[in-house]
Amino acid sequence: MPEADDPPPPSEPQEAHVAQDDTLALLKRRPLQALGIGMVLAATAGGFAYVGGFLSPNRLSADKMADAIETAGGGPHAGFRRAHAKGICIAGHFTGSVAARTLSSATVFSGAPVPVAGRFAKASPDPYAADSAIGTRSMALRLQPAGGDEWRMAINDTPGLAVSTPEAFYENALASAPDPKTGKPDPARMAAFLARHAEAAAFKARMKTQPIASGFATDSYNSINGFLFVAPDGTRRLVRWSMQASDAFVPFTPQDGAGRGANYMFEDLLARVAKGPMTWRLIATIARPGDPNRAAEVWPEDRQKVDLGTLVIDHVESEATGNCQDVNFDPLVLPAGMAASDDPIPFARSAVYAASFRRRTGEHKPPSAVANQQAEAPR
Amino acid sequence: MSRPVPHFTLFSRLLHWGMAILVLAMLFIGIGMVSTTSPRYAGLLSVHKSIGIIILVLVAVRLVNRLRHPPPPLPADLPAWQKIMARASHVALYALMFALPLVGWSMLSAGGYPIVIFGSLHLPAILPHDAAMFAMLRSAHSALAFALFAVFLGHLGAALFHALIRRDEVLESMT
Repeated sequence: MPEADDPPPPSEPQEAHVAQDDTLALLKRRPLQALGIGMVLAATAGGFAYVGGFLSPNRLSADKMADAIETAGGGPHAGFRRAHAKGICIAGHFTGSVAARTLSSATVFSGAPVPVAGRFAKASPDPYAADSAIGTRSMALRLQPAGGDEWRMAINDTPGLAVSTPEAFYENALASAPDPKTGKPDPARMAAFLARHAEAAAFKARMKTQPIASGFATDSYNSINGFLFVAPDGTRRLVRWSMQASDAFVPFTPQDGAGRGANYMFEDLLARVAKGPMTWRLIATIARPGDPNRAAEVWPEDRQKVDLGTLVIDHVESEATGNCQDVNFDPLVLPAGMAASDDPIPFARSAVYAASFRRRTGEHKPPSAVANQQAEAPR
Repeated sequence: MSRPVPHFTLFSRLLHWGMAILVLAMLFIGIGMVSTTSPRYAGLLSVHKSIGIIILVLVAVRLVNRLRHPPPPLPADLPAWQKIMARASHVALYALMFALPLVGWSMLSAGGYPIVIFGSLHLPAILPHDAAMFAMLRSAHSALAFALFAVFLGHLGAALFHALIRRDEVLESMT
């Protein structure tokens, strides 16, 4: 067969005459073929729309979840993270232990100090929520060892989540949304949600007995979800982890913030780091076969615990000038040596965090509640 | 067949059909992954990044190949507007096949994400970490993907039109 770069046969006149446009006549002469082509195109476009969820309004997309979280927070707060909106940046380093290296081949555990950027936050979607309001607090971290194999996490001071599936999380967000008439969540809707989800009711009951820490430095933070650690020999273990404060636990009391501003916990954090570095021990809990990999369920206390290393935070700075504002603390940014488990929540978190990141980076961000602040541990 | 049909070179045809599968798969993976919070999300995203880089490499090879081996001419009796549409759509396909992976890579760079393909290969950032730039590129990535899907539909419709209605040599030259 002749190849394309062969010279055209001399008998073929190129552009010899103005071509007559017989397209319509051709289409009329072959209506079945025209219909067939139309159907192929419609089926392809329909398949695309189906895969994209345009024909499945009940599919739980990241945008639908982000919308529900915005609604639960009384509407979107432009420029801010859709959850954990009120925060401050932190920096320091992490040093992995020998024991960690037997569980995971991740380079963050090499034993060399790994630079850490991160963020403390209140979990409320309100970026100006008062610190005296009881609610989950969080630590988000980005560990950046040499070689670029990053580990990101966003961990809470709760022992897990109220729910174990993205669908239940969505229902919870809807049930928590303020009633337009009263401005408060409808107790009947929340009761109905809890009646449908026994594990959420059990979680709420557990939270009532859980002591609350006085501030960010005295608090400990948990992975919420199960992840896999992959050992150098390839062994995969289901783990959860916890950042356990070295500062002594001090219980929260509602009087702590009396006579102080809405940001007193952040001010305490700035004052604390100015006195010296804050440290946390990273403790892994290793599941036994059969332990439920569900965020709302706790594992028995006697599970093996391994000290993975030490986190040192020696710098705290407001978001506008700090290192954390433009970072999506996506829990599925995992280094080689770690992997997602069959806990479904981290996948949804990753997708919804991406939606939140896309929304807020495209918006003008007003100043954070704690602005123009910075403190550092003395060297 | 009364006379031999001028064909694209074998390499051109392999590139065309190979990339056709990859590009179509990418469009479906892309629209699928942004519509789900299920565990499929992470796997789709990971595959999406890897195929994106493969397409970027292949389209560069393909452009060089096309310049060295120009395609057979369109049928001489094709109406002028269809010739213009054919040329414009081919330019658009090439431009979008370059733009989508580059915008995707730039977007992840500006978003401050690590860029990992094939499970463990780290790519460097090609833009500095910049949230506003990320937002713009992220929107551009979606808009360009819808544009590519639209041009792909036109390309598919035109190929079938040539094969079934005009019954000329255009589709055959690529098979």
